Amino acid sequence: MSDHDHNDEGSGVSRRRVLECMTWAGTGVLWTITGGVPRSMGLVGSAQAAEPAGMTFLQISDSHVGFDKPANPNALGTLEEAINKINAMPVKPSFMIHTGDITHLSKAVEFDNADRIISQAKLDVHYVPGEHDFIDEEVKLYKERYGRGTKGAGWYSFDANGVHFIGLVNVVDLKAGGLGNLGAEQLEWLEQDVKGRSKSTPIVVFAHIPLWTVYPTWGWGTEDGGRALDYLKGFGSVTVLNGHIHQVMQKVEGNVTFHTARSTAFPQPAPGTAPSPGPMKVADDKLRGLLGVASINFKPGDQRLAIIDTPLQG
Amino acid sequence: MASLAPRGLGIRFAIAAAISLCLSLSLGGARAEETTNVMIDNFTFEPAQLTVKVGTTVTWKNRDDIPHTIVSAGKFRSKTLDTDDSYSFTFTTTGDYKYFCSLHPHMTGMIKVE
Repeated sequence: MSDHDHNDEGSGVSRRRVLECMTWAGTGVLWTITGGVPRSMGLVGSAQAAEPAGMTFLQISDSHVGFDKPANPNALGTLEEAINKINAMPVKPSFMIHTGDITHLSKAVEFDNADRIISQAKLDVHYVPGEHDFIDEEVKLYKERYGRGTKGAGWYSFDANGVHFIGLVNVVDLKAGGLGNLGAEQLEWLEQDVKGRSKSTPIVVFAHIPLWTVYPTWGWGTEDGGRALDYLKGFGSVTVLNGHIHQVMQKVEGNVTFHTARSTAFPQPAPGTAPSPGPMKVADDKLRGLLGVASINFKPGDQRLAIIDTPLQG
Repeated sequence: MASLAPRGLGIRFAIAAAISLCLSLSLGGARAEETTNVMIDNFTFEPAQLTVKVGTTVTWKNRDDIPHTIVSAGKFRSKTLDTDDSYSFTFTTTGDYKYFCSLHPHMTGMIKVE
């Protein structure tokens, strides 16, 4: 599927500094952009009532197609449920981003199945890879399918509705004992990519592993993520969207909002609450609750995003 | 084991000691490193450090629900090991072989070959 038609859609930012957010729709996050600052739309119900102005896009993550272990024997099925949720949304998002770990083992059939399901949303999808998407022997399947028009291991940028989107890759060339890694070449590219842009341009950065340090003991962070953020200093609104940790986590630091999305496949434990970050097995009737609805609220004029977890089933 | 009478336990220990003495002798008196397996559980190599003799084959087995790799820069590199997959490497020269999982680089280990 062609995912990186990196053109400006250029309807411009007519509304001021309102970036974002959103509805948790089952297992995806719906973001509404009306300029540069996150704005609350509450739960699905209230989103229905409030006709959102501006652009909306959706983030899904960590679909792990091929995963069939006890934590979720049917990861493809829950991905499909997520896509059905997206299709049922009252407001069709402009496009979708997928923040990596599309597959579990980088098998061709897993990529095929993921694409078959995700394409049912009939949305452009902008992907970045997770470490699980680069483990085929020749390390070529991800790049063949999603790497067109990208640089290096798959990084790129594009503009939509006046927002500059930057997709980064922090899952290759990892160093023993270290965390996620962007590397010198990508950082150099990033510096050039944002250089000369108006500081009022809202920036959305997305990558698989959190760019900020969430929990280094489990490798949840990016070694040189701080350098990437240095290049984004001075921009009025920066939103960093990641996956990898299969749970919602967020932080606001100055003008930068960090946020991780849930997985559509299986939950992982909160930092330090289990012997390892491995898939967390919960009772069957609890699974969709953990993959399910959570809303992120941003009150206008307030820099802080508030997370409200609301299980779909409870 | 817990149900054994103390005397029975003592006899069992004596037998075990005799067997291990016998094994040691059969190996020319050198104390053999018996552990040649490294288990991967909970994103951890166990044991994280292992000392073996030259010629020993070490086998790693992944018992996590998540794939892992075993990579020692310039020395050896496994394929991606899915759940219950194994990888073996035979150490033919002495040295310290540090290795890690290239997917989860916080997972590190070392094989000391004497």
